[in-house]
Amino acid sequence: MPPLTRVVLAEDEVLLREGLVGLLARFGFEVVAAVGSAPELLEAVDLHEPDLVVTDIRMPPHRRDDGLRAAVAVRTERPHVAVVVLSQYLQAEYAAALLDSGDGRRVGYLLKDRVADIAEFVKTLREVVEGGTAIDPDVIRHLLRRPRDPLASLSPREREVLVLLAEGHSNAAMAAQLHITEAAIGKHVGNILTKLDLAPSQDTNRRVLAVLTYLRNGPLR
Amino acid sequence: MTIDHPSHLAEALRRRGYLISSWPWRALLYLATTVPVAGVLSVGLFIVGAPLFAVVNAARQGRPVELPIVVSLVIVSLIALALAPLVSIPVAAIERWRLAIADPRPLTLPRLRGLRARYVSAAAWREVAYACWLGGVVPIAYWILALLALLDFTLIASPWLAGGADHIIVIWTEVDTTGQAIPYAIAGVFFIPIIWYLVGLLAAAQTMVARWLLGVPAGEVALREVTRSRARLADAYETERRRIERDVHDAAQPRLTSLTLQLAMAKLDVPDDSPAAKPLAIAHEQAKGLMVMLRQIVHGIRPQSLTELGLAGAVRELAGEAPVEVSVLADLGRPVPERVETVAYFVVSESLGNIAEHAAATRAQVRLSQSAQDLVIEVEDDGRGGADPARGSGLVGLADRVAAVNGRLLLASPAGGPTVVRVELPCPR
Repeated sequence: MPPLTRVVLAEDEVLLREGLVGLLARFGFEVVAAVGSAPELLEAVDLHEPDLVVTDIRMPPHRRDDGLRAAVAVRTERPHVAVVVLSQYLQAEYAAALLDSGDGRRVGYLLKDRVADIAEFVKTLREVVEGGTAIDPDVIRHLLRRPRDPLASLSPREREVLVLLAEGHSNAAMAAQLHITEAAIGKHVGNILTKLDLAPSQDTNRRVLAVLTYLRNGPLR
Repeated sequence: MTIDHPSHLAEALRRRGYLISSWPWRALLYLATTVPVAGVLSVGLFIVGAPLFAVVNAARQGRPVELPIVVSLVIVSLIALALAPLVSIPVAAIERWRLAIADPRPLTLPRLRGLRARYVSAAAWREVAYACWLGGVVPIAYWILALLALLDFTLIASPWLAGGADHIIVIWTEVDTTGQAIPYAIAGVFFIPIIWYLVGLLAAAQTMVARWLLGVPAGEVALREVTRSRARLADAYETERRRIERDVHDAAQPRLTSLTLQLAMAKLDVPDDSPAAKPLAIAHEQAKGLMVMLRQIVHGIRPQSLTELGLAGAVRELAGEAPVEVSVLADLGRPVPERVETVAYFVVSESLGNIAEHAAATRAQVRLSQSAQDLVIEVEDDGRGGADPARGSGLVGLADRVAAVNGRLLLASPAGGPTVVRVELPCPR
């Protein structure tokens, strides 16, 4: 049996924190610390060296983007720790900041609402721990509404695929969801990478780079 | 203690203790300092006015007047008229300063900026009117008062004067001896308080005219007060909005998420064929729907991006959501008050919304900058122009929001474009 994923959880509202602790425990995560503020989160990470950090954004002490800053700090100091950031609402800027803070892997940015779809949420956590990237479909959809080059060159189907790609799905999962063959998915992904001008190389995850292209063409750039 | 101490001369005059207070002396000082100012002005008025008066008089009596004289007089008058608003600047300044001798209550100053305002604003011409009154009317009253004071002095001094001279003239009669003069002297002493009151009355009348012509009319002062209280109200609303947003975000939203999570957990434990499965699933769906709804409501109350990202960040976020390409140039060195921030946010949000709906634009630019006094927001698009507030777009509502924080909205939208919305929101250092 593989060792349990050790989680540090940060959420300032007590009931939701307890709810999340219960949820994680039930699905085989070991919650080593559950805290209510950004400084406590950083302390707990230092103390417990977890595999995964799940954190809210707006938390004490400043109640602004404290949680996000802490998440970025964790990713900068410990690239091997997976970080999933939950937020009451979404901002492309936050997604970009998170992805920029590391190699674009082991990171997730989700609307808090997603925790209500337990199975999906737990699956996303696991994918991120295993090296995946999960950006909330709403962020992607939002960015896709704006036809921009180089994204403008993508076909509608390729956009659909890119959305799923950004959510961290495997080719097989995407094929199942779009009701097409895995080979077709592979072709679409290849087209996306070509159209976004992402040349094959050994040390970058081109699928992640494709997602980053969206975010880099976002409102900040 | 306003009851014991009248705040200005006119009020002091109505009090019993006027004669033994310092007010008559202040009135006298005010009158004495009026003399040089009024003197200079009346000489100036005389130089311009006397020949004019003479010519008009001559013309009325049918005497011939030579044309060159008329022409040169008209030219001199016009020059005087052109210079009057400038001459009145130092006069008004001295007079406002001097006013404090007899009436130290604060005076609301009119705002006259630039040379143009000197010629087109009512306030500037009121100052001119004041200078004319000071040079033309006031001296006459002074002569009368001076004459009365001199007569009274003669009355009082008559016993001594009568002793020295052969006979002296006291107003309407002649006295030869000291004994004859004594009743007049006594009358003269009784007249002193009357003179003192006349001094006070003249000074008070002058201060009233000065307040009326050199200050901002009462109605406008009241209006400014109203605007100020409206701004306070807007402040209170903004604080309240922020509190509600915080309460919902920090307390209600996470609890609802927690509730939805618990429902989801319960769903896992209830077998599909249980009678509880269906209502539970419905409850779960409804709770999820409520989360979305609550998020939208909170956004309408106060944009959360504003709380977390600040104005520039929130505007960039808005720009990113727009269907056209929007570039954002933000140069904000100083912090912006919250209520101004929210209005600025809605200005950009509404303007970008208008661009998306009406402008048929392909790109737009949002510029945020700060002048010494204002936060300036400009939204420009390359669309077809022709935006008209009268046609009931969101522009009117926007202008109302802007007015609530004392700002102003300017719109340039010629047919064919481009459209520029410029909003200036006061936020002094």
